[in-house]
Amino acid sequence: MRSPFRPAIAPDPAILDDHRGLIRTIERRGILRGGLSLGALTMLTGCDVGESSSIGRALRAVSAFNDRVQEAIFDPNKLAPEYPDAMILRPPRFNAYYEIEDVKPVDGDAWRLELAGLVADKRPWTRRQIADLPEREMTIRHICVEGWDYIGQWSGVPLRTFLERVGADLTAKYVAFKTADDYPSSIDMATALHPQTLLATKYARETLPDPFGYPLRLRTATKLGFKNPKWITAIEVTNTYSGGYWEDRGFNWHSGI
Amino acid sequence: MSASPAIIRRIVTQRQMKPKRLHPWPVRVMHWANAVAMITMIGSGWGIYDDSVIFHFVYFPKSIVIGSWAAESLLWHLAAMWLLVVNGAAYLVYGFATGRFRERLLPIRVRDIVATVRDTLHLKIAHEDLTVYNAVQKVLYIVAIGAGVSQVVSGIAIWKPIQFSGLISLLGGFQGARLVHFAGMSILVGFLLVHVALALLVPQTLWAMLTGGPHLTRRAGGHR
Repeated sequence: MRSPFRPAIAPDPAILDDHRGLIRTIERRGILRGGLSLGALTMLTGCDVGESSSIGRALRAVSAFNDRVQEAIFDPNKLAPEYPDAMILRPPRFNAYYEIEDVKPVDGDAWRLELAGLVADKRPWTRRQIADLPEREMTIRHICVEGWDYIGQWSGVPLRTFLERVGADLTAKYVAFKTADDYPSSIDMATALHPQTLLATKYARETLPDPFGYPLRLRTATKLGFKNPKWITAIEVTNTYSGGYWEDRGFNWHSGI
Repeated sequence: MSASPAIIRRIVTQRQMKPKRLHPWPVRVMHWANAVAMITMIGSGWGIYDDSVIFHFVYFPKSIVIGSWAAESLLWHLAAMWLLVVNGAAYLVYGFATGRFRERLLPIRVRDIVATVRDTLHLKIAHEDLTVYNAVQKVLYIVAIGAGVSQVVSGIAIWKPIQFSGLISLLGGFQGARLVHFAGMSILVGFLLVHVALALLVPQTLWAMLTGGPHLTRRAGGHR
């Protein structure tokens, strides 16, 4: 049978004569060498893995794939180990995208927690109303993406309890946070519903000190430190991915531990 | 249509008769894939380490780390890990299933090690026969494979210290796991230095890993 790829009218053989010089220079060795240079080129541009470069995009695609893998690894019933009071670090270790001197304290009386997205009751919350909610305490290991860690004791209302109270859609994909220090963040719903994910108001049984997120911050035992936004001002339940401060700069979004 | 038994028999016989090469193609593919994975993992791992060092004054200069800052190093590290793990698993399955590990790496006798070390100190590096590994080589390869497995286990512990909290306790806590991961890296870098230096000193070995090397005779795979 005639190949469907063969043109109905054969090209004029004279074309070959016209390009004889070019055809003669095609060499296997040359193609191999070209392939090697192409490979070397990827090494050169390897220095630049910003979102714009193809390597940057490939690495971010793998990171997004890793998000899915981590969601599969995450066991919603597995509790993080807890530790004795004697191991609590006082005060906790400060970390942010700026120095501790640049912390801008939040006025707790004027502060309100706004709600948005897939939530039935969007009325804002005051500090006193949140203090009346059931509280859980946990003494857990904080692990920073940089590699350091410490034991801290946090208490506050479990995020699950809060989300149930405001009639949030618990089948939504994400819970996103806005903060007073412009540090947006978002977590997966499975982590939001984990019993060791709190809207913390206390550290070591005392009101949260200013540098550590007064009056309200997130503390989840199953994610790296940077996934715990401080000075939360708004919570949104959503199906739209919204990333976060460090996440948008290349750190892995799920960052479960 | 079915192939006649005679043709099948002929193909099978041909395959049996075809002499095996020192490094069959799967070994070569896995070796170079592993080289890319290891170098990427080590270089990016240095970048991650620098963000919070374990030992003061031990850090890696920016010029030799992969990734211009921690987030980029992490992107590289957590992408190359798939190549390392998938390729490494394939290598282990291949090594055990084909008997290559048993043929190449065993047995190791103490007196062979002593003899090899003595020869090496007298600057006699015996490499006339590439198909037989000396005792020190065998030990080095086994240590490197073990360190590779240890890196994957301690790496998983560091990546998921809560989900795999059992591994963390086994490794002496989160910082213990980091220490084990650092030690494994050090062993592998030490191995790489020796491995590459010897490959350059005896270039036939490098050529063999590219082209397959000498054909093995029936005796091959046996012991000295």
